[in-house]
Amino acid sequence: MTGRMPRSVDDFMACACAMEAEAAERYAELADLMAAHANRDVAGLFAKLAVIEGKHRDQILEQMRWTTAPSSHTFEWETPEAPETTDPGDLHYLMTPHHALKLAEHNEQRAVEFFERFVRARLPAAVRKAAAEMAEEEREHVRLIQEWLAKVPPPERGWDDDPDPPNVAD
Amino acid sequence: MNQTTTSHQASAPGDYKSDIKPVWCPGCGDFGVVNALAKALAKMSLQPENVGIVSGIGCSSRIPAYMSCYGFHGVHGRALAAGTGLKIARPDLTVIVTGGDGDGYSIGGNHFLHACRRNVDMTYIVMDNRVYGMTKGQASPTTEPDWDSKLSPDGTGLREFLPMVIALASGANFIARGYTGDPNSLAELLVQAVRHPGFSFVEVLSPCITFRPEQLEWKKRVRAGALKPTADMTRATRRLLRDDGFDLGVLYAGSRSPYEPRGPRATKDVSELERRFVL
Repeated sequence: MTGRMPRSVDDFMACACAMEAEAAERYAELADLMAAHANRDVAGLFAKLAVIEGKHRDQILEQMRWTTAPSSHTFEWETPEAPETTDPGDLHYLMTPHHALKLAEHNEQRAVEFFERFVRARLPAAVRKAAAEMAEEEREHVRLIQEWLAKVPPPERGWDDDPDPPNVAD
Repeated sequence: MNQTTTSHQASAPGDYKSDIKPVWCPGCGDFGVVNALAKALAKMSLQPENVGIVSGIGCSSRIPAYMSCYGFHGVHGRALAAGTGLKIARPDLTVIVTGGDGDGYSIGGNHFLHACRRNVDMTYIVMDNRVYGMTKGQASPTTEPDWDSKLSPDGTGLREFLPMVIALASGANFIARGYTGDPNSLAELLVQAVRHPGFSFVEVLSPCITFRPEQLEWKKRVRAGALKPTADMTRATRRLLRDDGFDLGVLYAGSRSPYEPRGPRATKDVSELERRFVL
């Protein structure tokens, strides 16, 4: 994150809230996209992840007693998008639920690293404490995703074989 | 033209997206433009009914359907002509023209030159993926000469069209380049482009991962903020001489006055126009 570092718990939680909101929006977008490509299993999984991230956003709103998400103009991400947001370039129209969960695991791990940076930074103690709590929550999310992953079979060989691929020039 | 039906003040990016879901390929850069455009409109607090999005033909030209603003999905290569007409007839609207490199630089290449020259107050966003994606991977004007494909073995051997050079030479009043992998910075560029008076041209690097999967590497090649705005055409021209197509930012922000139609307006208001069409 560049620009102004959060100097108060309110600023920090606004940043966390924006991160969860962006992640939820992206998962919802990916769910629609996979549905358009008739990949129903992955569409359903992304839709579930969108709901989960939306709940995380709502938890922050409730905790902070905010009715709406505060403006996020006081900070900008160091990466092109928020640390928990899926990179669209990592998708494949034939991807499996296992691939989708690996992406989710990666996103949650990036969120842990993001919050841990605040814990180590020279910031007010209250901000570092809030960051430590958020990092712990994200670690818990990593564990939950890993448990979920353990129940989903890994992709079979040739998962991306398509007898009629879209990029064949007629 | 679509009828927009917003019942409340739009303020969040989601308010600018329609219920129609994009059918683009997973990983297509054009998603980044939809997101950036929605963020830019929200940031400017422009209401959807005060914005007209006009396009031509191609994958990227589907954008008007995915936004809740007024939209016009026009004829191949003629988006700028339609957008110009809309802006002249309804100067109160914010007009944004969208399309791809084939639509804008080949089929609509002549309109591009003259839209720059006319300097009508509108914004032109070109999603450049250096290929005709919708028609299955033919080389476009911006395709590299040595891009080897089944349809152009060993490449076309033709030098690329240089959109920013053409735009600068033809009189565009604002010229910038963005990248879809960074929709937040792209949104900032679009805000600047829309707010700048006259014809604003934003070249957007938008990977086609289906026909040009190597474009996934663009995220490592782009240089954010490498272009710094200048109002000096000579400086901008010199800057373009060392541009490899991956420098991002605002190249040129000029001060030409936008085109204003001379004489009385042909149509005073919309109701007068409606009366003319009554049978």
